[in-house]
Amino acid sequence: MSDTVAQAPEKDRLFLLKVLGPTHVWALGVGIVLVGEYMGWNFSVAKGGALGSLIACWVIGLLYTCVAMIDSEVTSTVAAAGGQYTQAKHIIGPLMAFNVGLYLVMAYTMLEAADALVVGDLIHQIGVETGAVGLDPRAFVVLTIAFLAWLNYRGVLMTLTVNFLITAVAFVAIIVLFFGIQPWQEGQTIFHRELLTGLPYGWIGVVAALQFGMWYYLGIEGTCQAAEEVRSAGRSIPLGTMLGMITLLIAASLTWFVASGLLPWEYLGQSVVPLYDTARMTGSPFLQSLLFIGTLFAAIASANGCINDAARAWFSMGRDKYMPIWFGAVHPRYRTPFRSIVFLIPIAVSFAFTGLLDQVITFSILSGLLGYTFMSINVMKFRRSWPLGSIDRGYVHPFHPVPALMLLTLCLATYFATYLGYGAQLISILVFYIIASIWFALHRYRYVARGDQFTMAWPRPANY
Amino acid sequence: MAKIYQPPKQSRLGQFIDCVFLIAIVYGSLMLPLLFNFGNGEETPPPETAAAVQEATWESLGQNAVMQQQWEKLGFDPASAGEIINDRFDYTIEPWSLGITAAILIGYFIFVLTFSEKEYREVIDERFGKRQR
Repeated sequence: MSDTVAQAPEKDRLFLLKVLGPTHVWALGVGIVLVGEYMGWNFSVAKGGALGSLIACWVIGLLYTCVAMIDSEVTSTVAAAGGQYTQAKHIIGPLMAFNVGLYLVMAYTMLEAADALVVGDLIHQIGVETGAVGLDPRAFVVLTIAFLAWLNYRGVLMTLTVNFLITAVAFVAIIVLFFGIQPWQEGQTIFHRELLTGLPYGWIGVVAALQFGMWYYLGIEGTCQAAEEVRSAGRSIPLGTMLGMITLLIAASLTWFVASGLLPWEYLGQSVVPLYDTARMTGSPFLQSLLFIGTLFAAIASANGCINDAARAWFSMGRDKYMPIWFGAVHPRYRTPFRSIVFLIPIAVSFAFTGLLDQVITFSILSGLLGYTFMSINVMKFRRSWPLGSIDRGYVHPFHPVPALMLLTLCLATYFATYLGYGAQLISILVFYIIASIWFALHRYRYVARGDQFTMAWPRPANY
Repeated sequence: MAKIYQPPKQSRLGQFIDCVFLIAIVYGSLMLPLLFNFGNGEETPPPETAAAVQEATWESLGQNAVMQQQWEKLGFDPASAGEIINDRFDYTIEPWSLGITAAILIGYFIFVLTFSEKEYREVIDERFGKRQR
């Protein structure tokens, strides 16, 4: 038996279209995440104070830099829809892959629900301010999800081109706000000296702040879901992801700077729309309008990217029969995972209407965190099973295994941060993944063909 | 050559039930903290604190002149701001609950990785042929 297996000829099978470039990868990654600068990151201020949030921003920035480096190497080599799910299937094994697929679907569908709620509330707010009182925000939640799902259904190129445009506007809005505040006039237009109060909870608060510090970057790893649809995975994924991380580091720093310089930390820690509130404090109608549009666009871009990624993860699991195979179909004309896109619409809407936004957001964050823990284990096994030179890699990340070990350490610190304040949610979410794992191992896996799961044209892994 | 596993075909009803089951356990885990009325770590201010908030001044809340100015720009007075300012997290660590959480987390990863390893060996053996060990 040969030690290398060629990919099976599948001439009758429909594939996703390879039409994307680095800008689309950037739009997917930053589009999902940028809403985190407009809202959500500031809950880290509640947990650790404004300075604690800044330290969390940097520490979690390091975590995500490790994620981006590791993901770029593995994804540029395992260029298939499903991203980390497909990586897990080839490198760790089926049960881990099933869990990773669920992390992705849950993280993105729940984030999409939270984004749609924000869009609904913002449009409702416009109605109130223009005299159209009585508009039901829930109608706009459904409309937002339905419209974006339709866009995704019709094709990935248009979906991510739209995402590029609205994400760029939202990013530019943050930069305009920064310069509009005239940050060089400390004590006149911005007041860090008077508003920064040290660490209200001490260093334990800084550790606790790591949990919501993830919001500065949560979802950048979603760029991997585009792997099967980019023209050149080896170039586009690393370039788009790294540029995305740079964009987010800039946006996160500017966001923290302007918000903490204008809002008391206790207010900032519980604000629903902190950047918009910051713009309100300037008294400039132009900045207020711009940040309102920025918030709206960021939420729409995030929901749009989440639909794209959740559907691809679900589709990939269906294609491998980890989930019913019905979901593994590609649209004959638009070449999109249309059934998965449509199936997840009511799920996302129902999450949005549970009234459990806190739980939904925490579920999303923790699913992401479990995924990052997997990545650190995954890359170490990847390098051991296929050492450098044994297979073609689109990109090789430097300093291995330092990023993997650093990622694992930071993940453990973030679990502890979640325990501080959200311990019950942490346990309940772990219980979900444990029950789902037992269900998969004892029931679902019997419908999965064994050898067919390994589709890469790689040699046999070392030690097997 | 390893024996090729032939998976059974799943009925449409079976596929539907599998989806429903998965969604049901997601909702279950979302509801679990509420059903058991777990707190989220935020301290409920004692009644005497709540009364104190009603009589609070910017000085008693520890707010300097700039903070006071910013709160007022946001539309708050000392009483309404006091509710936010006094709402604090409680970071008391209970060793037993931390231990249980850590045990569940570590146990989960050990279970998933161990079971995956067993399944992965079957996949590799079927794909590349069984190797003498």
